[in-house]
Amino acid sequence: MHLHKYEKYWLTFGVGSLIVFLLITGIMAFHNGSHPPSAKNTINHEKVDEIAPFNKPGVHKVSGKDWDYEVVVVASAFYYNPPELEVPVGSKVKFIATSKDVVHGFEISGTNVNMMLEPGYISEYTTTVDKTGEYLIVCNEYCGVGHAQMHSMLKVVDKK
Amino acid sequence: MSQTTIDQSKVIKENVTVSRKMANKTAEILKVDPKDAKLSMAHIFVAFIALLLGGTAGLLQVLVRSGHFELPWGIGYYQVLTVHGVLLGLILTTFFIYGFQIAGVSRTSGTLTPKQRLICWIGFWTMTIGTAMSATMVLLNEASVLYTFYAPLQAHWIFYLGLALVVVGSWIGGLGQALRWMQWRKENPNQTSPLLSFMVVCNNLMWFVATIGVAVEVLFQLLPWSLGLVERIDILLSRTLFWSFGHALVYFWLLPAYMVWYVVVPKVIGGKIFSDALARLSFIMFVIFSIPVGLHHQLTEPGVDGSWKFLQVVLTMMVVIPSLLTAFSLFASFELRGRELGGKGLFSWFKKLPWGDARFFAPFMGMLIFIPGGAGGIVNASHQMNQLIHNTIWVTGHFHLTVATAVVLTFFGATYWLVPHLTGRTLTKQLNQLGIIQAIIWALGMTIMSSSMHIEGLLGAPRRSAFSDYGGAEIAKTWASYQVAQAVGGTLLFIGIIIFLFIFVKLCWFAPKGEEEFPIGTVAENAEKTPAILENFKIWIVILVALILIAYTFPIYDIIQNSPLGSKGYKLW
Ligand code: HEM
Ligand SMILES: [Cu+2]
Ligand SMILES: [Cu+2]
Repeated sequence: MHLHKYEKYWLTFGVGSLIVFLLITGIMAFHNGSHPPSAKNTINHEKVDEIAPFNKPGVHKVSGKDWDYEVVVVASAFYYNPPELEVPVGSKVKFIATSKDVVHGFEISGTNVNMMLEPGYISEYTTTVDKTGEYLIVCNEYCGVGHAQMHSMLKVVDKK
Repeated sequence: MSQTTIDQSKVIKENVTVSRKMANKTAEILKVDPKDAKLSMAHIFVAFIALLLGGTAGLLQVLVRSGHFELPWGIGYYQVLTVHGVLLGLILTTFFIYGFQIAGVSRTSGTLTPKQRLICWIGFWTMTIGTAMSATMVLLNEASVLYTFYAPLQAHWIFYLGLALVVVGSWIGGLGQALRWMQWRKENPNQTSPLLSFMVVCNNLMWFVATIGVAVEVLFQLLPWSLGLVERIDILLSRTLFWSFGHALVYFWLLPAYMVWYVVVPKVIGGKIFSDALARLSFIMFVIFSIPVGLHHQLTEPGVDGSWKFLQVVLTMMVVIPSLLTAFSLFASFELRGRELGGKGLFSWFKKLPWGDARFFAPFMGMLIFIPGGAGGIVNASHQMNQLIHNTIWVTGHFHLTVATAVVLTFFGATYWLVPHLTGRTLTKQLNQLGIIQAIIWALGMTIMSSSMHIEGLLGAPRRSAFSDYGGAEIAKTWASYQVAQAVGGTLLFIGIIIFLFIFVKLCWFAPKGEEEFPIGTVAENAEKTPAILENFKIWIVILVALILIAYTFPIYDIIQNSPLGSKGYKLW
């Protein structure tokens, strides 16, 4: 099929940018390991409170791992447990969360920490918290009447 | 003058003068048969009743979210939002599309046979009864699960059954339309079929394949579970089945708008279709790349491997190619026409276009707004960037540009000739003027509402949320003014809906009687002949199925293999 000259330029330019774009995203994903949250561990969502690490929700300092803190969060309609979290600035934090009932969201507003929490699945995301301040955590998936009231707070504080 | 009867001698004469093989037994039918018109209008009525009710819900939403208004009588925000999403996202769109497509097939391939028409009526009633069933459950507050009905929130089984009927009805109606095209092909062997009918068949084929996933979800998961036949449901599987349909859904909305842009608008401006072959090629590509891509809606979900997500991100981005083809073809046909009218230089042809014609102006505003809409879509589907905006109100801003403006304004523009054509009336000067004002109000209202949604989303505000101060958090205070702006834009939009419905009512019952043209463009003289392979659906279906198998077999196998204990139902509203 014959294409108009300008159309060829236009398509070449378009497809070229597309390839560059996909290459960058691909390298980011596979070489730098920056896939979106895709953890694959499962759990019995009716027994979350009895199963580690969710039997002790909160901030835990860890050693010998690639990250400094584990932040364990249990979501249920319409709460996060614990309702407030505190981590020192500059630390590398792994967020580990799950839901006890319906699907919820876990979004630290204004950052790229954003993952779905689904009953039966454990969601994880590791990141470095590099700015002090109070970060609002909101549920961003509709979960029922109390959805817009479901929130908690992450405080990133100066090291003592 | 009755245009339904064919003046044979005229056809033959034109056949000689027109060298292209366009002229044939049925291509000369200029007017949709009254029986087909009635069928088409039935769909359009349901669509615009949905627009009125859904639009009212939209107004209530923006008012509630502004923080200065509370719903009376214990009505819940999420019940209203379910009404809005279902009526506008599913019902308005599907019914208008079928009304338009039936008229389009009848106009370009020829009047439906009584059997084909009967099939379409059965489809119509199946969809309508399904709609009524689901709507009743939503009104009774038995189904405030939003239009995506994610489990394990559990609606009444009648809600799911109603949706299943809408889908099955759409298969029946879609088949009726496709049969007319097949008949044309049989009667005109070795000829290129009418472009508009071909596009309709593409859209229905894509819809049919795409809805299989959601039909499986509803029939084998949600229905038995809500009826209490099974206790538990696999959440991730249900979501994955849903989204195998959900992205194709947006292309099912968009392709009819593209039909208007490719086939109708060139005729309205007095120009030609730039290339029949390119138009068909881009439609085939949309069919192929609309389905095996649903995982891009699940990028932040656990349980699916990052590499499979990435594969589908790559497939998603392939739609950039037909989109570029489309943009090129449309602007080429505008420029050719503008120059024909004496426009010179790099841009002055642009001024020559018929800006005072609502049939052109409304879809053109739609095209214009589709540019930022499409750009935003690339951000959404980008593997990592998605995390910043996933499930924020940015996403709502995005699809109010694409569906609720690009598509809906095009449908409004199409209504201005389609409805009077079908009802035997005409679009008067005043109504045309009002149509232009309507398009301006819509574009303005949407610019205000949608840009404030985009910004608020970047600031982290979640979507699908009633008003909340989030315990007085600082960041939530920065969201408030954008929610007020959304209420301003949303109010303008509601006014736009009222104006539009006023025009619609006029065109149905009160405008002066007469003949309104159903504009169908012809292909530019020197355009390339259409390669026959483009019409060989067997090849495209094989490629489509192969891509779906590649993209989905492993992820779904993996989800089932690793599935945790399923979920019981919850009613948390
Ligand atoms: C008066 C005009 C309209 C207004 C004021 C309006 C307003 C809104 C608002 C504020 C939301 C988001 C609410 C939230 O996330 O909490 C929303 C959602 C939505 N709107 Fe509209 N909208 C209008 C027209 C339309 C049209 C014409 C369509 C479709 C063709 C549409 C389709 C949708 C859909 C599918 C949703 C998503 C519902 C969900 O998240 O469950 N809207 N609309
Ligand atoms: Cu929620
Ligand atoms: Cu999509």
